[in-house]
Amino acid sequence: MRKVAIYGKGGIGKSTTTQNTVAGLAEMGKNVMVVGCDPKADSTRLLLGGLAQKTVLDTLREEGEDVELDDVIKEGYGGTRCVESGGPEPGVGCAGRGIITSVNLLEQLGAYEEDLKLDYVFYDVLGDVVCGGFAMPMREGKAQEIYIVVSGEMMAMYAANNICKGIVKFAEAGEVRLGGLICNSRKVDNEEAMIEELAKRLGTQMIHFVPRDNMVQRAEINRKTVIDYDPSHGQADEYRALAKKIDENKMFVVPKPLEIEDLEKLLIDFGILN
Amino acid sequence: MAKKTTKTSSPVLPDPTEIIEEILAKYPNKVAKKRSKSIVINDPEEKSEVQANVRTIPGIITQRGCCYAGCKGVVLGPTRDIVNITHGPIGCGFYSWLTRRNQTDPGPEGENYMPYCFSTDMQDSNIVFGGEKKLAQAIREAYQIFNPHAIAIFSTCPIGLIGDDVHSVAKEMKAELGINVFGFSCEGYKGVSQSAGHHIANNKIFSNVVGLDDTIRDGKYRVNLLGEYNIGGDAFVLEKYFEELGINLVATYSGNSSIHDFENSHTVDLNMVMCHRSINYIAEMMEIKYGVPWFKVNFIGAEATAKSLRKIAEYFEDEEMKAKVEEIIAREMLEVEKALKEVKPKTEGKLAMMFVGGSRAHHYQELFTEMGMETVSAGYEFAHRDDYEGRHVLPNLKVDADSRNIEELDVQKDEAKYRQELADKKAGLVEKGYTFSDYDGMMPEMKKNALVIDDISHWEAEKIIEFYKPAIFCAGIKEKYVIQKYGVPLKQLHSYDYGGPYAGFKGAINFYNEISRMVSATIWSKLKAPWKNEPVLVGKFADAPY
Repeated sequence: MRKVAIYGKGGIGKSTTTQNTVAGLAEMGKNVMVVGCDPKADSTRLLLGGLAQKTVLDTLREEGEDVELDDVIKEGYGGTRCVESGGPEPGVGCAGRGIITSVNLLEQLGAYEEDLKLDYVFYDVLGDVVCGGFAMPMREGKAQEIYIVVSGEMMAMYAANNICKGIVKFAEAGEVRLGGLICNSRKVDNEEAMIEELAKRLGTQMIHFVPRDNMVQRAEINRKTVIDYDPSHGQADEYRALAKKIDENKMFVVPKPLEIEDLEKLLIDFGILN
Repeated sequence: MAKKTTKTSSPVLPDPTEIIEEILAKYPNKVAKKRSKSIVINDPEEKSEVQANVRTIPGIITQRGCCYAGCKGVVLGPTRDIVNITHGPIGCGFYSWLTRRNQTDPGPEGENYMPYCFSTDMQDSNIVFGGEKKLAQAIREAYQIFNPHAIAIFSTCPIGLIGDDVHSVAKEMKAELGINVFGFSCEGYKGVSQSAGHHIANNKIFSNVVGLDDTIRDGKYRVNLLGEYNIGGDAFVLEKYFEELGINLVATYSGNSSIHDFENSHTVDLNMVMCHRSINYIAEMMEIKYGVPWFKVNFIGAEATAKSLRKIAEYFEDEEMKAKVEEIIAREMLEVEKALKEVKPKTEGKLAMMFVGGSRAHHYQELFTEMGMETVSAGYEFAHRDDYEGRHVLPNLKVDADSRNIEELDVQKDEAKYRQELADKKAGLVEKGYTFSDYDGMMPEMKKNALVIDDISHWEAEKIIEFYKPAIFCAGIKEKYVIQKYGVPLKQLHSYDYGGPYAGFKGAINFYNEISRMVSATIWSKLKAPWKNEPVLVGKFADAPY
């Protein structure tokens, strides 16, 4: 079983990219589980056709100790197994601690047992690596490969670089590695070349460039992934391509985060010179 | 006041320069540089500076406790009729439950919640989703079961981390239940030691409790005793003296105390400060707001007790009281001298060292001096520079980021309740040379060459034991067994082990007897097993049989 975590700046399209890619893997016949690590619990909406999921933490709170795996796992598109970790209302408690509790509970309940024959588990993690809780999927071998969703916008690249710092920290002690950058295009000038270069400097690869297409939005409104909503559309092929590249990926590295000056220079070189 | 006279003409103390160098040599350069400022050879004439109230260096085994311990454990813990709820996981509440041996006397009808341990016992899901609802529920439950006059909430570390707003919960519960409910943001990680917790406790008690009851209580004279925690019954001894003098002791902060007394404590004529470190804040704030003057007293040591009693009688300028004070002193000193005569042959000339608290390491030197013992080294756990060098350093104190983290209340004069007559009385007495708001600290009273160490570590303690070979070491439970492994008996001055009271004349006698017993014990010379010194059997290996 491959354990994958998707990180990236808030609003970059992590959940959308994850679910569309997972749909691609499912279509290939892979057995995939998705664990949403966001208190908003919207990481599996497109696979489940709506926000129909009862979260792990809500279940834990209501049922106490007697939580069954079936209470928290729902089957979605193509037989994918969907879990939402959930968390507190904005402004109270500790969402990071919630993710720790929830991931531990899933393990305890045997969500990753061998006999389930999972090919992949995907962790879709909220925002930046803001605190220990959100780094949980990187720790203790919970995820082995990380993909960072990024665009050519400065703040997205800045966040990607920061996430790499987090990976370095946990890579030293464990087996987590960076699998690559996924460029989710924002139609920034020179975007593809710039992210290719960023990836190179970080010592990794841009595994795929996902072009911007309104079809994604249309599918989302219909609570579906593109592959599910319009399988023949060109954008569906992009996600199939990304899924295939991830499936065949062999490049796993400990990244080399950039100094801020170098990161800014990269932006100037690629963004302004042209 | 006249400067304390030295009672024994003992020889000059050895110069500890060599041992300081040895201690520092073991540290990395940066650590050595920092620690060197907290290890000072005393010179009462020179007024040397001691670095205090700064962060402990990580990795060094410190004596210090946390902010929560200072707020809940020290200042509010001894008050019997407040339901003190620890908001957090269970350990903080459990391990601060009755551990300081504060005694209390609720009387036949009185409320007393000290035997109980109240905690919200936060679980994982309370951390994730916030613990405010559980806290409110705990307060309601405590109210339903005990119907107390007041409930206090103490925040532990996770409360600050997850951002539970204990103050808004307190406000809601106060409105809902109609009793006084107040919260302390005394998360353990605040400040550099428990000292931060004392300050936070002082602030909240002053803003939410003091001044709620304006009744003028009976008695010709009314006073508060601040910074006396009734360990082993100390306050009980002192209460009797005040009773004899016809003084109404309104509130003790906080040994044998009641919240009703705190509410009324602004109506007194005088505040006497015993432990300057933990309680000077309330004394200062009460003077600004209500005009009540304060001065430092010390009831540890027979002579110090006599001096303090005389100072009180002089303050009230009451001849009858002065005569009564002399009567008490004469009566009690008879017993004291008798006891001293018995112990001195066993104690005289022996060496003591003490590392404890924010005032105890100073006060107990009085008792050792009376026994003819020499305090060769002393230091505090959590005191500030003014407790070492005297309040004259206050204007020059560096306020670092850790101290800025602790709220400083902006106290204003209360025009309606301000006691101008007390301020005038103080001004008149000051003219006659009487001192107020005074604390000269520990160092001026220590001898030349005595070694002063702030926030001592185990390593430093080990080295100075080697150097001085003291007859007794005074500290707390965390040090007790480590020190005793060096063959030096340790007297706990936080909890008094199982003894006390040690305050006042009666207490002094208890202390003389206890120390003479401890320094006379021969068991310490037998720590090393005989076979560690010389072999019991002598033999040689036989030739191999095959």
